[in-house]
Amino acid sequence: MSEEYNIVIVGAGPAGLAAATTASKYTNKILIVDENIKPGGQLSKQTHKFFGSKNHYASVRGVNICNILLDGLSKEKVCFRPETSAIGFYKPDTLIIQDKEGLHKIKGNKFIFATGAIENMVSFENNDLPGVYGAGAMQTLMNLYGVKPAEKVLMLGAGNIGLIVSYQLMQAGVEIMGVVEASPFIGGYHVHAAKLRRMGVPILTSHTVKGVYGDGKVEKAIIHKLGGGFEPLHGTEKTIEIDTLCLAVGLTPSVELLHQAGCNIKFIKELSGYVSVHDDMMETNIPGVFVAGDASGVEEASAAMLEGNMAGLKAAYDIEGFNRSVFLNEKEIVEFELKSLRTGPFCERAQAGKKRLMVEER
Amino acid sequence: MRLKDHPVLDFKFEEKKKVSFIFNGETLYGYEGEPIAAALHDNGVRVLRRSPKLNRDRGIFCAIGKCSSCLMNVNGIPNIKTCVEPLKEGDIVKYQDKKGNIRGD
Repeated sequence: MSEEYNIVIVGAGPAGLAAATTASKYTNKILIVDENIKPGGQLSKQTHKFFGSKNHYASVRGVNICNILLDGLSKEKVCFRPETSAIGFYKPDTLIIQDKEGLHKIKGNKFIFATGAIENMVSFENNDLPGVYGAGAMQTLMNLYGVKPAEKVLMLGAGNIGLIVSYQLMQAGVEIMGVVEASPFIGGYHVHAAKLRRMGVPILTSHTVKGVYGDGKVEKAIIHKLGGGFEPLHGTEKTIEIDTLCLAVGLTPSVELLHQAGCNIKFIKELSGYVSVHDDMMETNIPGVFVAGDASGVEEASAAMLEGNMAGLKAAYDIEGFNRSVFLNEKEIVEFELKSLRTGPFCERAQAGKKRLMVEER
Repeated sequence: MRLKDHPVLDFKFEEKKKVSFIFNGETLYGYEGEPIAAALHDNGVRVLRRSPKLNRDRGIFCAIGKCSSCLMNVNGIPNIKTCVEPLKEGDIVKYQDKKGNIRGD
């Protein structure tokens, strides 16, 4: 016998939790499954205060936003299963999940895949040596479990993640030997870069890592300068003694499950990889299957939460068919907030990507 | 080392249960319910397995159960994602050579 739910959400990160928050206002029998031990996804690891307006939880720390979302979920309406992997979807209404007891069939009316993204890797010598960690892994160790992740770190990537995680590492007492960025420009907000510079951390643009070396673990890194065409400039090599190289070189949407389910998958460079085509309310080409958050294109947590709100709203509306003006009103609010969030020079890329995704869909 | 004096976060270690587990025959300590990989990292263990083809050392990479870099043998079962596997008292954790085998050696 299989369990039955109105809405099944895969992923308990910002998008998944926001989807459950909105959906549970209008319907019940909602299930969230997540592979991890604790809910919250990457949101629970963000010790910095968020930007944006009050509606986007501005100046609230990510970890507190996560707690607000979790506390707001009604236990009668939303069931959470940690340490559970969603491993397959069968049209039109069956999800296969795996936990300690084995495989289970879950029946659902609507599905929201908020599967997030995975850290990118880059090519350099010995990039598989223990001590080459994704930025998210460093955050998991230090901000969720209170383990000092390293002593001396070199950060690769000066986007927001690279800058913010460098600062978080310093808060955990880790020495940051420098931030290395291949592009000639710092990709992240200058307020984050300025904070690091004030603490005396060098940010080296037009530089990259040639390789890391050591016996069974990272002991040093060699960096070099890059020319205008990103070619390595010989004779510019510098050796830096470190025990960990942290990679913050972007993320790739996790669309495996959506792909397997039969969603229309497109490569959109601006959204960081293969993403599932979806409409303005996050529904994919398979009726009743929604996507939200980084899995629909890598942005950041505030956008992920709004996309989750949108998907949760539409899924609940399709089930319950509640008052249409209430639905349209709430839709308009989320649309407006998404739009205002995506204005500004740092969001041009994501917005262009989303536009392409919608146009190509038609 | 644990972060007992963090400017933003309080991990409340005094409220957590300390448990012992065995890694390659050695008794180590960690907190109940935290990922095995985090407890090992705290004990200074960086190499968790060897790669199947090129026989190279592997440690944590993603820490969210996506990359397979931390697969180990736990209580006789190979290929356990130790970054999302909660630690229990008395767990027997072993370094995994290549694909691992069901006998646990």
